[in-house]
Amino acid sequence: MSAALRREDVAHVAKLARLTLSDAELDRFTEQLGQVLEHANDMSSLDLENVVATSHPFGLVNVVREDVVRASLERDEVLAMAPDAQDGRFAVPRIMGEAP
Amino acid sequence: MKSVQQIAHDVQSGATTASSELESALAAVRARNEELNVFLYVDEEGARRQAQSVDERIARGEPAGPLAGVPIAIKDNLCTRGIPTTCSSRILEGWRPPYNATVIERLLAAGAVPVGKTNLDEFAMGSSTENSAFGPTRNPLDPTRVPGGSSGGSAAAVAADMTPISLGSDTGGSIRQPAALCGLIGVKPTYGLVSRYGLIAFASSLDQVGPFAKNVTDAAMLLEVVAGHDEKDSTSLPEPSPSLVAHVEDGVAGKRIGLVRDLVDGADEDVVNAVNAAAKALADAGATIVELSIPEFRLGLSAYYILAPAEASSNLARYDGVRYGLRVDAEDVTAMNEATRTAGFGDEVKRRIMLGTYALSAGYYDAYYGQALKVRTMMIEAFANAYRQVDLLLGATTPSVAFELGSKTSDPMAMYLSDIFTIPTNLAGEAAMSVPFGSGEHGLPVGVQLLGPGRSEAQLFAAARVLEIAQGR
Repeated sequence: MSAALRREDVAHVAKLARLTLSDAELDRFTEQLGQVLEHANDMSSLDLENVVATSHPFGLVNVVREDVVRASLERDEVLAMAPDAQDGRFAVPRIMGEAP
Repeated sequence: MKSVQQIAHDVQSGATTASSELESALAAVRARNEELNVFLYVDEEGARRQAQSVDERIARGEPAGPLAGVPIAIKDNLCTRGIPTTCSSRILEGWRPPYNATVIERLLAAGAVPVGKTNLDEFAMGSSTENSAFGPTRNPLDPTRVPGGSSGGSAAAVAADMTPISLGSDTGGSIRQPAALCGLIGVKPTYGLVSRYGLIAFASSLDQVGPFAKNVTDAAMLLEVVAGHDEKDSTSLPEPSPSLVAHVEDGVAGKRIGLVRDLVDGADEDVVNAVNAAAKALADAGATIVELSIPEFRLGLSAYYILAPAEASSNLARYDGVRYGLRVDAEDVTAMNEATRTAGFGDEVKRRIMLGTYALSAGYYDAYYGQALKVRTMMIEAFANAYRQVDLLLGATTPSVAFELGSKTSDPMAMYLSDIFTIPTNLAGEAAMSVPFGSGEHGLPVGVQLLGPGRSEAQLFAAARVLEIAQGR
């Protein structure tokens, strides 16, 4: 049986998922997510020691093609849909601090 | 409303034109779209261009394709080149994809005329189309009720006679459940039968594109066009599109059909009655009905609400304000990512991202995600065991008829329970469809569900046709 979901657990996953939650949202989501996890606890009592995990219905294996150059999306068309682009690239706010 | 077969035939023979069929569809959209909120975007210009090109092909004496001049509605999580594709999310508002989904390319080549993009629960997460950033869609049969979801807009487009067919996607029931609530045929094809290239990913190992239609043959015609191997989707099955229309009248004589107790228990009385009546109709047509129980199905909901959010939390990491859609400016990249995601996603999407992140996080991975993957194996084996005894399975599609708007929005768990009968098929990667069978409370339609092993679509359509005939259609 897994321990009940705590408010700080939700705050932690929100941070991992890059989401900002208000106090009221934290309360609400903790309760709602707790209910789903509680429902999922009906799986925890099962003895599945010898059951193999399935991550994909057909046991997917890598699919490869010949390594030859093919037509791709138009760069300008793709960049035209970006929030910001510069010199043929996606542009983002600065990542590191100012140079000393 | 004319059938797909009839429209395509009349357009090809010159009895009508693709352009005039399109204008009728556009008029029907104008008449009710404001009231029902079915289409988020109507592409009048592009649709007129495609209809004209179909008419020109026919004027030159060329075959214009199996769906010549047939108007079709497209769920707004399928990429359409140059046409807004939002997933009903603020985070993609204004985005125009630089490419078409493979299913769109196939529709255009088959002469179909995409009319526009339909409303859905944000990123296909929901069962009522109320989780849309652009407002809920209403059920055309009773506008105080939901059309189901997540493909509620695509279901409503057909139910309101705006288009004779539409495309949706089904991750845990998102085609079959709205089909049931709107009185339509809705098909979740075998995983891999239809290309997912250009279908915006929710849970990649569960998502599948499929048709809505008013009758079995129309659904079969549409599925034949969009199915078949696509080298752009590495999970696509290796074979070409199956022959379906030719098998619609095959009947069920000599077939063994399992009536699954676990796909009926807990459903409302009107739904249970419809399933029993459907079983009788199949028996009258020569099938042997075998009552059976598949208790593993009861674990489906738990496994699904761990696995689908886990995959979603990973798939939706790409919405970071860098390459497409919304960006909320902030002083550095991390703050920009967080401000963008916080402003761009609705509550249900946030819930599922957090649930998935939790289930995959250190300390909880084995207890939740790992355990759910094993339950998935149990589900596949349970189906396989059932198909050693019977050819197809029968049950309810949903526990109730269409519910009222707002009745489940504050209780996510209650909403999730409306997918309880549809989820097992997605977990196993198999095929299933909802077929309208009679009416229930308030005169609303009831859907019964036919389930089959992978690649059993032809058998499913034949059984569904038997249910149509039993209702004098």
